[in-house]
Amino acid sequence: MFEIVEREEMTGGTVIRNEIEAPLIARKAKPGQFVILKANETGERIPLTMADTDPEKGTITIIYMVVGKSTAIFRNLKVGDAYQDIIGPLGAPTHLEKVGKVVCVGGGTGIAVLHPITRALKEIGNDVTCIVGARSKDILILEDEMKKASNDLRICTDDGSYGHHGFVTDVLKEVLEKGDIKLAVAIGPVPMMKFVSKMTKEYNVKTMVSLNPIMVDGTGMCGCCRVSVGGETKFACVDGPEFDGHKVDYDELMLRLLAYREDETRSLEESGLKL
Amino acid sequence: MAKKEKIARQIMPEQEPDIRAKNFEEVPLGLTQEAAVNEAQRCMQCKKPACVEGCPVGVDIPGFIKLIAEEKFVGSIRKIWEKNALPAVCGRVCPQELQCEGKCIIGKKGDSVAIGNLERFVADKERISGTGELPPKAAPTGKKVAVVGSGPSGLTVAGDLILKGHQVTIFEAFHKPGGVLVYGIPEFRLPKDIVFSEVAFLEKLGVTVDCNAVVGRTVSVDELFEEGYDAVYIGVGAGLPRFLNVPGENLVGLFSANEYLTRSNLMKAYRFPEYDTPIIRGKNVITLGAGNVAMDSARTALRMGAEKSRIVYRRSRDEVPARGAEVHHAEEEGVEFFFLTSPVEFKGNEQGRVTGMVGLKMELGEPDDSGRRRPVPIEGSEFELECDLAIVAVGAGPNPLLTQTTEGLDLNRWDYILADEATGKTSKKGVWAGGDIVTGSATVILAMGAGRLAADSIHDYLTWGW
Repeated sequence: MFEIVEREEMTGGTVIRNEIEAPLIARKAKPGQFVILKANETGERIPLTMADTDPEKGTITIIYMVVGKSTAIFRNLKVGDAYQDIIGPLGAPTHLEKVGKVVCVGGGTGIAVLHPITRALKEIGNDVTCIVGARSKDILILEDEMKKASNDLRICTDDGSYGHHGFVTDVLKEVLEKGDIKLAVAIGPVPMMKFVSKMTKEYNVKTMVSLNPIMVDGTGMCGCCRVSVGGETKFACVDGPEFDGHKVDYDELMLRLLAYREDETRSLEESGLKL
Repeated sequence: MAKKEKIARQIMPEQEPDIRAKNFEEVPLGLTQEAAVNEAQRCMQCKKPACVEGCPVGVDIPGFIKLIAEEKFVGSIRKIWEKNALPAVCGRVCPQELQCEGKCIIGKKGDSVAIGNLERFVADKERISGTGELPPKAAPTGKKVAVVGSGPSGLTVAGDLILKGHQVTIFEAFHKPGGVLVYGIPEFRLPKDIVFSEVAFLEKLGVTVDCNAVVGRTVSVDELFEEGYDAVYIGVGAGLPRFLNVPGENLVGLFSANEYLTRSNLMKAYRFPEYDTPIIRGKNVITLGAGNVAMDSARTALRMGAEKSRIVYRRSRDEVPARGAEVHHAEEEGVEFFFLTSPVEFKGNEQGRVTGMVGLKMELGEPDDSGRRRPVPIEGSEFELECDLAIVAVGAGPNPLLTQTTEGLDLNRWDYILADEATGKTSKKGVWAGGDIVTGSATVILAMGAGRLAADSIHDYLTWGW
């Protein structure tokens, strides 16, 4: 059992942060790696990239949005409650390198995954510009943390309630125009990663994305998480979750993410849980 | 003697095909005590029993059968336990027709003794109404053994070494122990309660089972030694699904058998939404391959509401690698076979969901490396089969998660672990390996056989040194 030691409702209850006791995972985990969580006996195995780890305290932190039955069950877990199973750290860690100027682009709960990567990139001496986006101000997460983790933080909201009124790609274009960007990192909803990658490709800037396809075991055993990268089939759980953003087939990924949409709706409805 | 031969092989009652194809209850119902005793009396008690030679773990088959004939059931299960820690499992999933029963002298002229059914009978009797008395354990040696993987070979190693007085911890990557016995083999062929009770038996003997422990990620083999383990046994199975490398393979509704069966068996997706894991319930299902895993997949699909469940195999009926009983059961339940057909492409709709398979007819040519006649494509014979679910069951390769993170472990050219055939010793000191990660996909009993040899070798090492 894996006990929750801290819990925070980040945006009026739609996004939740859990700090969880998992000393063996905390000891080994590196930025970019994920865990699989299962709340209870009948639960589903849900992959989530870690937002933080504290090896000394023996804890890991996850930040998730409540989108269906499984995450609604997660939300019901309070401090002192426990996840029945957590497996990890899984996936390959982020390749961290000093390259000079870096731009990190995050959207939605992808910002939570981007945070430790941004921090690590800055710590090893990169000059990191960070662009984060949300639909509106009240659902933007980790603003202060991202400010600290980067050299320059730019904010965008779709509805113009905060920062730039528009998409992250508008600001990204400005940043890329100034030139000299050596690496882009994009983590967020699939369409965001798709359009960021499309733009950085025009500027010939190497781009890394972190994918979150549906998984079962997370150890390379089932192939559920397969993605097409440069025309080759890769398993996101062991070959990823990070890939060259210019080579990912995002359209296929989006269709595969919708595989169980009807089942998910039915499952949530029958459970009586609310989003 | 003559009198014994007059008893006909006792038939094990089964659920009727049209009923069982709609439920997940076990298909064979087990022998009654009367039938088991009658069946046991058919054994000729050969002086040089050929059946034992056919058993990869060398169970004293005439010995345990004689005790059933004498209605000494506790003595009988103890006799099996001397060589086999998982008789309830083996009685159900061993390919007996190729092993013990295939060698039975009575089988030369008529029906062989139903050794598998008798093994199953006496194991079930012990589990359900036995004394629960544990076998004797040697005095503690103070040595610690790590067993990586809780499938059939890992469980065998753990069972053997705990009785020899060593401390044993099993590390399992999934959240439940049992390996392929739990994620792979369906409930209707091997009820999961049986596997869990076999694991519980090992725990009663003192084995520790650590689930959610991915060796190679959560902890490395070298760290296990740093933590004080004296020996490590690797029995992680061949957990890397093979796909066909044909266009359309990433369409939604095309699964590896590993994924399809794991969702259904381990995650209990057949009970969705009571269990949270969903699965695609196809009406028109194609399974590629004709091994036991393919039969399990095609039969699972029927139980989840498929109107058509078809097996597509590129060779002919004679080359089908599945157990005879599985093919027989599948056909009885209505699974159709398309032999000499090879998939060349999968077709999908605008939602990215699979809608059909393009197949190519084959004919048999000269024998290949495996000794089986090589299927050769017939030019221009493409045809399309509709499907809304396709399951690829063409075998598995070695999962690299552990091997890539373990220094000094030599692999063969296909990336399986190199291990001595007689002992299971690898190139790395203190490390043994066995089962599918050494041999490639094989059977439960062969993995158990490898576990048995490795356990003996580990015990020698812990007693005398490398």
